[in-house]
Amino acid sequence: MSTETLTPEEAEGQKHAQRARRNTSIGWWVITIVVAVWCLFPVASILATSFKTPGELSNGKFLPDNPSTGNYEEILVGDSQELFLSALWNSIGISIIATLIAVVLATLCAYAIARLDFPGKKIVLTVSLMVSMFPVISLVTPLFNLWRSIGLYDTWPGLIIPYLSLTLPIAIWTLAAFFQQIPWELEQAAQVDGATPLQAFRKAIVPLAAPGVFTTAIIAFFIAWNDFVYGISLTSTEAARPVPAALAFFTGASQFESPTGAISAAAIIVTIPVVLLVMLFQKQIVAGLTSGAVKG
Amino acid sequence: MSSIPTTVPAVDAEAPDDPSTGRGRRKAPRSERARAEARLGWWLAGPAFFIMVAVIFYPVLQAFWDSLFSYRLTAPEEREFVGLANYGVIFSDPVFWSALGVTTLITVVTVFVELILGFILAMVMHKAIKSTRGLVRTVILVPYGIITVVSAFAWYYMFSIDSGYINNWFSWVPGFDGQLNWFAQGGSALFVIMFSEIWKTTPFISLLLLAGLAQVPDDLSEAAAVDGASWWQRLWRVILPNMKAAIMVAVLFRALDAFRVFDSIFIMTNGAYGTEVLSLLAYRTSIGRLEIGLGSAISVVLFLLVGLLALIAVKGFNVDLAGGRGGRK
Repeated sequence: MSTETLTPEEAEGQKHAQRARRNTSIGWWVITIVVAVWCLFPVASILATSFKTPGELSNGKFLPDNPSTGNYEEILVGDSQELFLSALWNSIGISIIATLIAVVLATLCAYAIARLDFPGKKIVLTVSLMVSMFPVISLVTPLFNLWRSIGLYDTWPGLIIPYLSLTLPIAIWTLAAFFQQIPWELEQAAQVDGATPLQAFRKAIVPLAAPGVFTTAIIAFFIAWNDFVYGISLTSTEAARPVPAALAFFTGASQFESPTGAISAAAIIVTIPVVLLVMLFQKQIVAGLTSGAVKG
Repeated sequence: MSSIPTTVPAVDAEAPDDPSTGRGRRKAPRSERARAEARLGWWLAGPAFFIMVAVIFYPVLQAFWDSLFSYRLTAPEEREFVGLANYGVIFSDPVFWSALGVTTLITVVTVFVELILGFILAMVMHKAIKSTRGLVRTVILVPYGIITVVSAFAWYYMFSIDSGYINNWFSWVPGFDGQLNWFAQGGSALFVIMFSEIWKTTPFISLLLLAGLAQVPDDLSEAAAVDGASWWQRLWRVILPNMKAAIMVAVLFRALDAFRVFDSIFIMTNGAYGTEVLSLLAYRTSIGRLEIGLGSAISVVLFLLVGLLALIAVKGFNVDLAGGRGGRK
């Protein structure tokens, strides 16, 4: 671009525009940093705490003076290893199974809602909405009673089944919204072009539906991973107790030692998968949470 | 964490009666093909539907039934039918009313603050320049995805008298001696509890509002600007009225979610110093003290309250959740 052909006024105007653009850009970076600090501060805080030695916990400072990995050693290879690793294994296993079951069932259900005419379609959606609004704690007492009498108390299935009440409704709604947006005519078009029905479905529909199913799985996993009420009420030992419940009941390696550091370290470890998923799939998660929302 | 569906699919559940959808065969008597389609529909939707019904409705009926008995798990042989006496016990107990008051306070304050913060965040995400948009959305999802218990511990350790540093940081504030034990009295404990709840759930509300913002036609706002409307006027006269539906849905979902608050309080105070809420009361009565009858009655009351809230919102404010078309008169 040559500035020679511009009159001085025009050049001045261009500089103004440039400066204004740069100012807006700086403004946006400032806003972004404020938002980032607000969103990440508690995570940074517990991260800092996880590197403090027991003696430093009460130093009244954000950062540890001499960062130490002692807390991580305690929960990964030390005295609390069994407690934490079994809880981590329970959390991973139970959350993944509950997510898979919910996503498979919800995919079928949402496909029917999006593609087929059948009486009771609205009932399915209304019931899943009601289920999602339900206070979990109201289910705990009867399930606690029932699980104890039929032997599901403190087992994996004893948590997976109630987790479905958390993951199924959101999976159905999210997937139904996704499937509404798929151009299903593509399937017929592929068949007209000579593909078999199965080929048409696999080649035309699956690639379009897969991202929605995947996003739904992430959201459902977050919900199962986060559960606390079922976790503390329907388990009693390391056989099935998931991490959030284990954290709440963790009392430390010995009664003379504060469990603060070890809990912080465990909290950081279970936050890593969340942060990774969020960083990798930010776009999809936002789309999943807002897709089809509130058409006015 | 919100276990509620955050999306409101625009399912045209009324489509079968609507000839404009191009499925004209509805006008004819149900053909063999339509019947087959309906059958297939239920085969596909049935399993998910059945599981939801089984996991929710059986326990609800059981809880209602149990609530009619005086029943302690530690003394099963003394189980006897007492009718509605458990409800009488609850409603005459000041602990219940205090828990209801605290639950309501938390719900009202957190939803109000979250609505304002969430709207600001939604605006930031909506207007952000390309280079920062992805970053804003990523960091905003961290509180959304983090385990509530972890968030509660983070805030608890920050403020705690043993391991905290907030007292130290703010000891310069006049009238604040830096020795406050935040969790030793109701007011300051509730402050931290609400703060952590707001931190954790604002992203969720802001994403719902973002979806609403995206629905507001840009040209409307621009036209108003050309006509000389100030930013403030455009906000109140153009943007907010056009996203009323999104606001209603966000408020309803979050209010119902906030009303069930449990995790943070369990971690921070376990209901001590006047921070007891309904969920915690139900938990401690049935799982803690094994008073199944009384605990079930509290569960039923909580469930009815949540239902009532939803009903008021849906009927009173005309939020059509299934259609996702709120606020239409």
